[in-house]
Amino acid sequence: MRQSLERFAGYVVGFASLFLIWHAASTWWLGSVLFPPPWQVVKKAIELTEEGVLGEQVAVSLMRIFSGFVCGTMIGIPVGLAIGSFTFVRRLLEPYTEFLRFIPATALITVAVIWFGIGETSKIFLITYTTVFIIIINTAAGVAAVAPNKIRAARSLGANRTQIFFFVAFPATVPYILTGMRLAMANSFVTIIAAELVAANNGLGKMIWDSRMYMLVDQIFVALLVLGLLGFTADRLFRWGIYAFAGRFSPVT
Amino acid sequence: MALVQLANVSKVYRSLQGRDYEAVRDFSLDIEPGEFFCLLGTSGCGKTTVLNMVAGFEHATSGDIRIGGTAIDGPGADRGVVFQGDDSLYGWLTALGNVEFGLRMRGIARREREERARRYLDLVGLTGQEHKHPTELSGGMKQRIQIARVLANEPQMLLMDEPFAALDAHTRAAMQRELLSIWRATGKTVLFITHDIDEAIILATKIGVMHAGPASKLKGVVDVTLSEAERDRTHDRFVDVYRQVHEMIRDEVVISLQRAH
Repeated sequence: MRQSLERFAGYVVGFASLFLIWHAASTWWLGSVLFPPPWQVVKKAIELTEEGVLGEQVAVSLMRIFSGFVCGTMIGIPVGLAIGSFTFVRRLLEPYTEFLRFIPATALITVAVIWFGIGETSKIFLITYTTVFIIIINTAAGVAAVAPNKIRAARSLGANRTQIFFFVAFPATVPYILTGMRLAMANSFVTIIAAELVAANNGLGKMIWDSRMYMLVDQIFVALLVLGLLGFTADRLFRWGIYAFAGRFSPVT
Repeated sequence: MALVQLANVSKVYRSLQGRDYEAVRDFSLDIEPGEFFCLLGTSGCGKTTVLNMVAGFEHATSGDIRIGGTAIDGPGADRGVVFQGDDSLYGWLTALGNVEFGLRMRGIARREREERARRYLDLVGLTGQEHKHPTELSGGMKQRIQIARVLANEPQMLLMDEPFAALDAHTRAAMQRELLSIWRATGKTVLFITHDIDEAIILATKIGVMHAGPASKLKGVVDVTLSEAERDRTHDRFVDVYRQVHEMIRDEVVISLQRAH
């Protein structure tokens, strides 16, 4: 109880100081219209929320992240498990994973738009792309890191190969998969904004780009603030989810 | 007939650098049913290699290994293995889940396997800890889970690879006493690996002393006919056996230290 209170107080003080420094920097140090103070940004955010604009853009961006993230995870986990379990699959797929993962999703935006247009498909493709390799690599690394004695013990206890895969190798890999998902989530935020900046009809990235054209600096800051909050919340939810549902898989988290 | 028969077993580890390492050469050993056999040796003498071959984790390069007269072909539920560290336990399962694991894999009905798992958890003194995960338990308790997990599977024999080496002295002594009473209660055949002379004398009915590695084999076998009361470090008969075993292993320790430098 006392610990969680201390933690909460720590967060409050931490965030308060962030806003305080921001305020000090914009009002007293720079004093420029190009760097709005926090209260002005918050006021603008409330305004945009009331107009329904902010909620709509946030929903659009989040939906894209969510769809791509789910696709990437669904593809990444089985592929990662296969690469980690079978040497021939690793040899077969390594050229793909080792080559493609060095091509950032942001570099593929143009191609994605040419292929899939500026609608949802190109965004979901890009998020899937940015998610899938991180999940694959973490999952495969997780399989490789399963303690050999866990497998040996299972064999001496009478488990067959299929059972060893489902009851030993897979659960032992879960913490690695979850870590991969957390990292992929952070990457998804980067990719979606970049994609929406370049080619989109809506979304937070598009909002930033449009605001630039009309010099609505406070509106840009609203988008930045919201991104920070969304990322922070998503990561907390993830950590909480790991702890609540998968804590027993990885008590260290 | 001996339950475990190793006849002229050799094991060579091939290395990628082309420098092969021969862990044991022409190693022969018989273990009778119900025996508590301690394989005693200095570090690097190949005692774990012998256990891994009997467990079926590693294949002998040459020679013959038989359990109950049949040549072994990989690991099997007839030989339960207790490992030194706790990394063989399944962290995502409770103590009960770990102990049930073998029964679950072998398709035994839930009710029966839970009943059996509880019985063996009780035997190793873990009643009340069934629903804790391994990370919530001490080193000694984790080794108890391993022992219960193996016993619940009701194997013909137990293979134990320095199971108490990582425990503190007091816990180790307590675990040794408990293992003895479990062995008396179940009558299982045990192959127990250790480098600790005291531990071997406390537990064993026979102690096999190994030469220093590489290319090691048995130097000799000492029968331990001590009663329960005599299995006490301060007892005269214990000290007699200690001298006898120490006499055999002393030179091997010197050799193994020289080779290590």
